[in-house]
Amino acid sequence: MRITQGTFSYLDDLTDTQITAQAQYGIDRGWAPQVEFADDPHPRNVYWEMWGLPMFDLQDAAAVVGEVNRCREAYPNHYIRLTLYDASRGRQTTALQFIVNRPAHEPGFRLDRQETHDRVIRYTLHSYAADAPHGSRYNGQGPSVP
Amino acid sequence: MAAPQGSDRQKARLSSGVIPYAEMGFYDADYQPKDTDILAAFRVTPQPGVAAEEACAAVAGESSSGTWTVVWTDRLTDYPTYQAKSYRVEPVPGSDPPQYIGYIAYDLELFEEGSIANLSSSIIGNVFGFKALQALRLEDMRIPPAYVKTFQGPAHGIVMEREYLNKYGRPLLGATVKPKLGLSARNYGRVVYEALRGGLDFTKDDENTNSQQFMRWRDRYLHCMEGVNRAMAETGEIKGHYLNVTAGTMEEMYERAEFAKELGSIIIMIDLTIGYTAMQSMARWARGNGVILHLHRAGHSTYTRQKNHGVNFRVIAKWARLMGVDHIHAGTVVGKLEGDPGMVKGYYSACRDNVNATDPALGFYFDQDWAWMPGLFPVASGGIHAGQMHQLLDYLGDDCILQFGGGTIGHPMGIAAGATANRVALETIIQARNEGRDYVKEGPAILKKAAQKCVPLQAALDTWGDITFEYQSTDTPDVVATPTRVG
Repeated sequence: MRITQGTFSYLDDLTDTQITAQAQYGIDRGWAPQVEFADDPHPRNVYWEMWGLPMFDLQDAAAVVGEVNRCREAYPNHYIRLTLYDASRGRQTTALQFIVNRPAHEPGFRLDRQETHDRVIRYTLHSYAADAPHGSRYNGQGPSVP
Repeated sequence: MAAPQGSDRQKARLSSGVIPYAEMGFYDADYQPKDTDILAAFRVTPQPGVAAEEACAAVAGESSSGTWTVVWTDRLTDYPTYQAKSYRVEPVPGSDPPQYIGYIAYDLELFEEGSIANLSSSIIGNVFGFKALQALRLEDMRIPPAYVKTFQGPAHGIVMEREYLNKYGRPLLGATVKPKLGLSARNYGRVVYEALRGGLDFTKDDENTNSQQFMRWRDRYLHCMEGVNRAMAETGEIKGHYLNVTAGTMEEMYERAEFAKELGSIIIMIDLTIGYTAMQSMARWARGNGVILHLHRAGHSTYTRQKNHGVNFRVIAKWARLMGVDHIHAGTVVGKLEGDPGMVKGYYSACRDNVNATDPALGFYFDQDWAWMPGLFPVASGGIHAGQMHQLLDYLGDDCILQFGGGTIGHPMGIAAGATANRVALETIIQARNEGRDYVKEGPAILKKAAQKCVPLQAALDTWGDITFEYQSTDTPDVVATPTRVG
């Protein structure tokens, strides 16, 4: 399956040039880029690992793609996303976020149904990636999270 | 303060049912509104022979402490405090019969804290049937921060909702399940599943999808949640279906809302028809239970559409923000339902921005400071399709929800394909805009190119590409000489 989190998941994977353009759009608005990665893409897995700190005060988006590529080298089989953060008053939240790297095989999710009272079903989304221990998922490719 | 007795002028007014409100202190051209006053702008059409100042003073009187005659018990109070003051009257250029914008100030003490029922009973409670007026419309209100802060505000607000959904940088996509009447619960849930797995973020009950014989609410909820959860497993995204909890009593609404929560629904829905107090109660419930609250503005056009009479929707939008809903339908500009571009932009601004500056083109008669009360999502719904994506983004911006009902479910390749077409069109236009392209002008070409790689989008453009709804709006700003057209 193809996980469709993030803004551009329904398009072809963005090229480095396209990633740079999106990053520059955010930088021009004062948003801070941040590279994050995860091996469990459960939609409620909010806190992906931070690849360094948010790049506050960065002016040139070329540096963002540099960080994306360093993260890709370290975690070629992880999900990697680029977040652009807007710290302005009234927002103080993520302004744009999209996936820039995916594992070669995306195992996806199983839907567990627990049948309870009166036809009520409790649903749980089970991430197949989480079946393997943290750090050894996707056939153990890529180093464990520091 | 008592009216002069016996004058011909007074007799004339008494004969038409009017007492001289202006002379009773309800008109004061020298009054300087206080920062804490609630201000209202009314469009007043007096009966022939009634002076504009008098008509506006009558509006002030009947919407505050005045009644049709002098009562001695007024003397037991600090009466002037409780009198609304009509402090400015402006003729509307080119209006026939003559219309006037009457600006009225109300002392904050006239209103109960945190109650739209009280606010609306005061401001629009009695005065709209007043014989001295041919027609009356409440155009706008300035809610001072001192009063804003007595309301809960959106149960979650735009920022929290985006963080909850983990969706940023683009409008959210939805669809209303069609047909809205007659589907069994099982068939209904099928539409939910297909639309969500195809790429929409939300599906939605319609305003009259409540609990009829062909589909009772509990069965609908169960099947919708099966569809929602299946779609989440297929996409890895958080999805939701607005489960409409509108019912005949608060007890039934709470029962339905509790069940929706128990099933893990992230969002419920109410209709405007349930009333202000019921909406505030449900907003309180939504805040307390972590469930997003969608409001369908069912019935609003009965009083918002005609330019000379009723309540402008921008007032309802402001009240909705205070009442505490997270979504409100606010117009599409390009779709099938009424909406002048400038006016709709104003409604969206009232929902989202921290400050609405006075701007006749947007319909704002006052500076409105929201004191950082969170914004809510305006929802565009009704007669929109993927081929309009560039226009929708241009008119409506990022923080909105685009709902393609027919434009998803009517897709020739099926519901999921319809959803995919909408999502691909949206992401394509967002990408182009962020890359600095002139996406409005190039929109059709950008979509056409994207459709080369996306068969569902091509089919959507082939089916609906030429459909527009170009009718003259009935509610246009006074300042624009020629009505604005869309497209």
